Amino acid sequence: MNNLQSLEFFVPELILVITIIAALITDLFLKKSKTDVVGWVLGIGLIVVALSVINLRHVPPTTLFLDMIVIDPFSSFIKLVVILSTILIIIASWNNDELKDYRKGEYFTIMGIMVIGLFLMASSVDIIMLYIAIEVVSIMSFILAAYLKLDTRSNEAGLKYVIYGSFSSGVMLYGLSIVYGLTGSTNYFEIQEAISTLDSTANPALIMALLMIFAGFGYKISAVPFHFWTPDVYEGSPTTITAYLSVAPKAAGFAMIIRFFHQIFSDGNALGLNLIGATDMPWPEIIGVLAVVTMTLGNLVAIQQESVKRMLAYSSIAHAGYMMLALPVISIDAVEAVMIYLFVYLFMNLGAFFIVITIKNKTGGETFEDYRGLGWKMPFVGSVMTLFMLSLTGLPPTAGFVGKLYIFKTLIGAGESFYWLVIAGGVNSVISLYYYFHVVKVMFLEGERSDEIIQPPAPLFGLLIVTAVPSLLLGLYWNPLVTWVKDSLIFYTQTL
Amino acid sequence: MENILSLLIWLPILGAIVVVFIPRDKEDIIRYTSAAFTGLQFIVAIQLWRKFEPENGGMQFMERLDWIPSLNISYILGVDGLSLPMVMLTAMLFFIGVFVSWNINKAVKGYFALYLLLDAGVVGVFLSLDFFLFYIFWEVMLLPMYFLIGMWGGPQREYAAIKFFLYTLFGSVLMLVGILGLYFTCGKTFDILLIMERAPEALDGALWWGMSASKVIWVLLFIGFAIKVPVFPFHTWLPLAHVEAPTAISVILAGILLKLGVYGIIRINYGIMPDTVWWFAGGLAFLGLVNVIWGAMCALAQTDLKKLVAYSSINHMGYTLLGMAAVVAAGAANGGDLKAAQAGLSGAVFQMFNHGTISAMLFILVGVVYERAHHRDIDGFGGLASQMPVYTGITALAFFAGLGLPGFSGFVSEAMCFIGAFPVFKTIVVLSTIGILLNAAYFLWAFQRVFFGKLNEKYKDMPEINSLELFTVIPLAIITLFFGIYPRPYLDLIRSTMDQIIEKVAFVANYAAM
Repeated sequence: MNNLQSLEFFVPELILVITIIAALITDLFLKKSKTDVVGWVLGIGLIVVALSVINLRHVPPTTLFLDMIVIDPFSSFIKLVVILSTILIIIASWNNDELKDYRKGEYFTIMGIMVIGLFLMASSVDIIMLYIAIEVVSIMSFILAAYLKLDTRSNEAGLKYVIYGSFSSGVMLYGLSIVYGLTGSTNYFEIQEAISTLDSTANPALIMALLMIFAGFGYKISAVPFHFWTPDVYEGSPTTITAYLSVAPKAAGFAMIIRFFHQIFSDGNALGLNLIGATDMPWPEIIGVLAVVTMTLGNLVAIQQESVKRMLAYSSIAHAGYMMLALPVISIDAVEAVMIYLFVYLFMNLGAFFIVITIKNKTGGETFEDYRGLGWKMPFVGSVMTLFMLSLTGLPPTAGFVGKLYIFKTLIGAGESFYWLVIAGGVNSVISLYYYFHVVKVMFLEGERSDEIIQPPAPLFGLLIVTAVPSLLLGLYWNPLVTWVKDSLIFYTQTL
Repeated sequence: MENILSLLIWLPILGAIVVVFIPRDKEDIIRYTSAAFTGLQFIVAIQLWRKFEPENGGMQFMERLDWIPSLNISYILGVDGLSLPMVMLTAMLFFIGVFVSWNINKAVKGYFALYLLLDAGVVGVFLSLDFFLFYIFWEVMLLPMYFLIGMWGGPQREYAAIKFFLYTLFGSVLMLVGILGLYFTCGKTFDILLIMERAPEALDGALWWGMSASKVIWVLLFIGFAIKVPVFPFHTWLPLAHVEAPTAISVILAGILLKLGVYGIIRINYGIMPDTVWWFAGGLAFLGLVNVIWGAMCALAQTDLKKLVAYSSINHMGYTLLGMAAVVAAGAANGGDLKAAQAGLSGAVFQMFNHGTISAMLFILVGVVYERAHHRDIDGFGGLASQMPVYTGITALAFFAGLGLPGFSGFVSEAMCFIGAFPVFKTIVVLSTIGILLNAAYFLWAFQRVFFGKLNEKYKDMPEINSLELFTVIPLAIITLFFGIYPRPYLDLIRSTMDQIIEKVAFVANYAAM
C-alpha cells in the first residue's frame, strides 16, 4: 500500500502524534505544580488511541507505507497492552513522591513519544523501520531513566543505559547489515525468500548476524547475557519508569522477536500455520539455552538482593526467561502462551512496583528493612503484595500460574526435545519462591501487632485494586483472555 | 442437597470471608464463627456419609460444570469409598482443631481466616475429579500452611515454614509436569475419570526420553505425593514443621495433610497407571520398610516429645506403604491371592484414618503439657502421673493406640497391612516387624520418663487437663477404641471401592501374564 492510502490505517499513531504536540503545548502554559495536567492530556489521548486501535482491529491484515509496517490483530494486541500499561503508569506517576520536585510536562510527553516507538516496534516488517523504532524507544528510555536529575543514582542509571544501549544497538546494526549484504533487501519477506535460496556456505555469516541481532533484541527484553544494564537502571530510575520499562518495552520486544524470527528464519508462512520447521539455523536451540540461563541467573541473583526494587529488577530478568522458553517452539501455541504471559505479567509486575512506590512514599526506602512488620501496620498493602508475590511465583489460583501453565503446556505439547526446558522452568519457579516470599516473610512473620492501621492514599489504593483483581481473577477464570488472544493470533504473512 | 460436595468445599471459604469482615477486636465472635462453619461442615459431612451407598464402588454425588472449555478444564467433584472417610476425618479434625486453637491470641482473625481456607483446600483435594481443580486445591493449601506455621509457630518457625513451602512446591512442580504429560497423551483432557479410562491404552508403548512414559509419569507424580506422605528420603521437612507449628496445625498436618499424599498415590497413580503398580510395588514396599525402621529409630533418639510424635508419623505411614504394595498379591503372577490384596489395600486406607485420629490425639496431648510447662523435653518432666492422673490415663491410652496395642484401631490396620503384604514381600514384612518393636519401645520409654518416677518439683502445681481439652480428645479416643474392637463398619464402607482398584490392578496383571 502506498503512503497516502496507508494514512487511513495509521490513525492511532496520528492521534498519538497530535496528543504529544498537545501535551507539549499545554506544558508551556503551566506552573510547575500544575504539570500533572499534561498527564491528563496524554491519558485522554491514549484512550482515544485505544479506541481507534480497537476500531482497526478487524481490518484485513495488510502492510503500510510500502511494506514498512503491518497492521494486523497481533500488533493491535501489543498496542493495547502498551496503552494499558502506559495509562496505569501515568496514574502512578501522579502519586510518586520521587517526582514531586520536578516538572512532569516533559516526563509525560517523552512517555508519549516512547509509545509511538513501541507501536512501531510491534508492527515493523522492515529492518530499517525496526532499527528506528528501537532507537526511538531507547533514547526516550535513557531520558526517563535519568529524569531525577538531582539524584546521582538516577543519573548513573541514565548514563549506563546510554552506553549499554548504544553499544548493543551498534552490534545489532552490524548484524542487520550482514543480513542485508547476504540477501540484498531490508524487507522481512524478501529476506526470508532470499535466505531460503542461500546455499550453506553462507551459514557461518548468517549465524554470526543472528547472534549480533539477538544482542539488540536481548538488550530490549533484558535477556542474559545482554542484561547487565537492567539492575542498575531499574534501581536508579524513578520507580514508575522502572515499572514501565519492565513491562511495555518488554511486550513490544517480544512482539518484535516473534515477528523477526518466525517470519525470517522459518520456512513457509511462519505465522498462521500450526507447526513449521525452522530453516537449518539453530536459532531455536540458541534461544532455548539463553532462556534457561536468563531465568536461572535472574533468580539466583535475585535471592541475594537487599533492595526490593532491585530484587524485582532481577525477577523481571527471570520472567523474560520464562517467556523466552516458549519461543523455540515455533508454533502458534507458543505465541499464544507468550501473549497470555505478557498480559498477566503486566498486572502482577506493575502491581508489585506500585507497592514499592507506596512504601517509598511512606518510609522513604526500598530495602527489605523498610518492609519489616508492614503486614501488621498496613494489612491491605501486605495482603495485596502477598498476592503479587504468589502470582509472580506462579502459584495457583493466581494469574501468574495461568501464564506458566500455557508456557509449560506449549513445551510439553511440542514433544520430548523440549521437556528439559519444562524441568528447568519448574525448578526455577521453586527457586523464585524463596526470594518472593522473603518479602512476605519480613512483612508478616516479623514485627508485632500495631494498634494503628494505615491505608494507602486513595489513588494508590485504586491502582492496587486495579492490578490485584486481575492478578487473582485471571487465575480463576481466564476464558475471555484466551478468546481475545486467540482472536489476535492473526499475522500479516506474505509469500513472494 | 443437590450440591452437597460443593457445599463441603464452599462452606469454609464462605466462613473465611465472613471472618475477614469481622472487626479484629471481636476475637470471641471470630472463634465462634469458625466453630460454627466447621461444625456445619461436619454436619454436612455426616449427612453425606448417611446418604452414601457403600455397595456402589464408583463415584457418587458427582457434580460437573464447564470451566475453561478451551483447555477442557471442568469443575468435577465426586466421592467414593476412598475419599469419603477422608472427608469425614477432615471435617471432624477441623472442627476439633478450632477448639484446640481456642487459646491462640495473636492475630486471631488472620489465624482463623487462613485456617478455614486450609480446610477448603484439603476437602477440595479429596473431592475433585478434575486434574486441574485437584492441582489448584493442592496448591491452595500451601499458602495458609506457610502462614500458620510461620506466624503462629515456635522459635524456628520462619525456617520451618519456608522449608515446608519449598519442599512441597518442588513436588507439585514435578506433579504438574506429570499432569500435563497425561493431558497430552490422553487426548487433551483434565477429567481424571476419563484419563483413567484412556490412559492404559494411550500410555501403552509411549516413550519419554527412551523410557516408558507411564513409568516416568508415575515417578513424577509419586515424588509429588511422596513429599507429602512423607516417604524417606523426602521427609526432612516434616519433623521441623511439626515441632514449630502450633498444636492445632500439627494436628491437621499429621491428621490430614499427610494422608493427601497416600490418597494421591492410590487415587491417581493406582487409578491411572495400574500396570505400573507392578513395576513399582517392590520399591513401594521397600520404601515402606525404610519409613518404618527409620521413623522408629529417629523417634527413639528424640528428647523433644513433639518431635517423637512427628517421627512416629513417619513410622506409621510406612505401614500404609506396605499395605498399598500388597495390591499386587491379587495378580495371577503372585497366585491371585485376592484376600491378601484386599487386606493390604483396605488396611492401608484404614491405617490412614487411624493414624489421623491417633496422631491428632497425641499432638493435642503434647500441646496440653506444653501449654503448662512451656517446654517439651522428655527428660524435663518426671512423675506427672501423680500430679495429673486424668491426663496420664488419656495419654496412656493414646500411646498404647500409637504403639498398636490390640484393642485399638491402629492394631487392626497395621495387622491388615502386614497380612496383606506377607505373601508377596515376606522378607520385607519380617524385617518391618522390628519396627513394631521399636515403635513400642519409644512410646513406652517416653511414657515412663514423663509420667513415672519422682515428681519434678517444678511441676507440683501443674493443673490437670481441663474440660475444653478433654472435649477435643475424648471423641478421638472413642473412635480409636470403637474401631479397635469393631472395625467392620469402616471396612464395609470402603470395600466396594477397594475391590474396584484391586480388580483394575489385577486385571492388568492377568492381561500381562497371558
